[in-house]
Amino acid sequence: MTDPLQPPPKKNPQVRSPLAHLPPVPRSRAALGLTARAAEGRFALQQCADCGAVQYPPRDACRVCLSTDLPWRDQPPMGALIAETTIRISPDLYFRDRMPWRMGTVRLASGVSVLCHLHGDVRKGPVRLILRLDRAGQGVIMALPEQEGPDMADDPQLRELGADPKHRRVLITDARAPTTRALVRALLDAGAATVFVGEAEPWRRWPGRDALAAMDRVEIVPLDLTDSASVREAAGTLGGKTDILINNAAFLRPGGLLERSDTVFAQQELEVNYLGLMRLAQGFGPMMHARGGDGVNSAAAWVNILSAHALAADPAHAGYSAASAAALSLTQSLRAEMRGGGVRVMTVLTGPPDDEWHAEIPPPKVAPRALARALVDGLQRGLEEVACGDVARDLVERWQRDAKVLERELAEGAGR
Amino acid sequence: MNRLAYDDVVLAAPHSVPYIRYSNDPAHYWAAKGLKGTLDAAGLRPDQIDGFSVASFTLFPDSAVGLTQHLGLCPRWLDNIPMGGASGIVALRRAARAVQAGDADIVACVGADTNQIDSFRKLLTAFSRFAMDASYPYGAGGPNANFALITDRYMAEYGATREDFGHIAVAQRANALRNPDALMKTPLTLEQYIAARPVADPIALFDCVMPCAGAEAFLVMREDEAQRRGLPFARIDATIERHNAFPDDPVQLRGGWAMDVDQLWQMADCAPSDMDLVQTYDDYPVISVMQFEDLGFCAKGEGAAFLRARDLTITGDLPHNTNGGQLSAGQAGAAGGYIGLVEAIRQVTRTAGPTQVGDASRALVSGFGMINYDRGVCSAAAVLTGGAS
Repeated sequence: MTDPLQPPPKKNPQVRSPLAHLPPVPRSRAALGLTARAAEGRFALQQCADCGAVQYPPRDACRVCLSTDLPWRDQPPMGALIAETTIRISPDLYFRDRMPWRMGTVRLASGVSVLCHLHGDVRKGPVRLILRLDRAGQGVIMALPEQEGPDMADDPQLRELGADPKHRRVLITDARAPTTRALVRALLDAGAATVFVGEAEPWRRWPGRDALAAMDRVEIVPLDLTDSASVREAAGTLGGKTDILINNAAFLRPGGLLERSDTVFAQQELEVNYLGLMRLAQGFGPMMHARGGDGVNSAAAWVNILSAHALAADPAHAGYSAASAAALSLTQSLRAEMRGGGVRVMTVLTGPPDDEWHAEIPPPKVAPRALARALVDGLQRGLEEVACGDVARDLVERWQRDAKVLERELAEGAGR
Repeated sequence: MNRLAYDDVVLAAPHSVPYIRYSNDPAHYWAAKGLKGTLDAAGLRPDQIDGFSVASFTLFPDSAVGLTQHLGLCPRWLDNIPMGGASGIVALRRAARAVQAGDADIVACVGADTNQIDSFRKLLTAFSRFAMDASYPYGAGGPNANFALITDRYMAEYGATREDFGHIAVAQRANALRNPDALMKTPLTLEQYIAARPVADPIALFDCVMPCAGAEAFLVMREDEAQRRGLPFARIDATIERHNAFPDDPVQLRGGWAMDVDQLWQMADCAPSDMDLVQTYDDYPVISVMQFEDLGFCAKGEGAAFLRARDLTITGDLPHNTNGGQLSAGQAGAAGGYIGLVEAIRQVTRTAGPTQVGDASRALVSGFGMINYDRGVCSAAAVLTGGAS
């Protein structure tokens, strides 16, 4: 039985924040395939396209037939723990901070032995395997008990493989966004200690503000993504206690490229969706990067909610698609830089939300609660990519299969 | 087809460069010390050898090639053996065949490594591709963790106990106390072994070798060459070598020796019971137990009981790792693949001094190397006989 995680004590400002050491980073190119599958939340191993043999560790040629065609395929995540150890001494700084550390050998039915991390409740015998990203953003395998148990997520080794909101402080950047209420609710339900909600232009009244302000453990704070000074100020007060940052601010106006005669909307779209993210990153990024090793409520994750059309343009939202693509690109760079501090960067790609700017698009649309659920689940599992809603999932799948075909499909009806 | 015997090829001039825990000097320094030591023991100049075999983890960016220029050698036969704990016997096998075929007349075989502050950690982070991808990121326990898993499984499968492994470690420490060059210089009791600081359960401090700097070396030449120079020598009765044996075993409970053991004793024309001493590769006691099993001293799973009933010290009924082995003398990187072999040459040539087993004339030496992912991949063994007999 896992001991429930206790809320962290108040930080002592005179004590040096623990450094965010990372677990070992180097991997072969083949092993990065494991990392990529972990980022998507799959349990997949290489499986020979010619003879079907499952491979582990990742290889460049089949251990049975020497075929070099080794696609990653989802595998049944069940196995048996047949040997275990508790490591008490390691020369590696990350593990040294976290000793003792359990690991073991799990045998899969497919005939491979997997060295993996062990959940505290695991004993020899049947186990369930998960593939997750560790603090270094590398794919690693962990064995869990077959059955879900109470407080299982509080296991210290498992908690390292995610960005669970429990006991953490969250900043949501745009109070007025239609998704905010649902996000706040879901994060509080997941055990977040405090949720800060950013509000631009506080003199403008808006419905739902009083209800949000009245919620326990919720604080509305001034934050305007289009104003560098505002972001700097917010980072000054909140940067040291933002453990998870969720950027849900978006600005868009529908319309094709040729339907516009100026760049006014396009500038606004870039100002919020792209430059807003950049300002946030410059303000909050360094402080979160420095706090990745800060105990139970360390800085853990940065989340950008973007339109799935960041991958492939929707010509009917030309400017917004372009701004989203810019934001997605910036997210990749942010992820690369934040990784050094042990902070994850997650992209939530969504389909059309049910708001006034997507009124002309037929359903299915993404309900705020569904988005919130997917986002919290993604945090708990430490994912890098989450496609939320049927439209986004469909789009990502088509994009992975053939980006050029998808471009043509999305172009149907444009330019008539 | 029957394998060709190693007629007329002998091993001579065994030399061990005393180990130290940490060294400022690079592997080149240690390789040079090893080479000079074996040449001096034979009264040879560097230009009198025409074959050179090197095993080292820490020579990078050099290999045996760089060493030839570095040390001013001009060999017509050159070998670089990246097989860790199996490198001594593999070097012997290759060099012996080269001398037998006339490709070289005198081959110097050297295993040498340095151990600088933090060099062990650096070696572990990128020991092999599989280790880097799939074992080191899981707690970074290095070989301690790998052998903890193997030991855990072995104990569960065959009922061996910590006391059984302690029996091996304690006897080796007693042997090491006679070896002035052993790093471990204080006696070890079974109680101390059991109570030692845990490292990676069920492995504790005295199950682990101490990484250090050092070198081991010997020469391979024709028998008449050794006779002419008045060198004591050892004959090679038999050898075996195997890599990646039993890949489908879920956890390594046997090594490649088990595939080739019959051939070894057939070629040697003798039996395990004929051995006056045994030098196993002992980076952890469990692997020594497996070697006794897989090399035919007892059945699989009975190694612990077999050894428990025997006195493994120099004066015992089954002298084992007579210079203290790696567990008590130290593990100088790839020289750990040489330490048992070099000591065995000394033993059967009756030149082992304080660790000499009284009437030693036949020895079994075994090597085991390279935890590539979850198990050791290379295995090798050789039976040696003193040339004087």
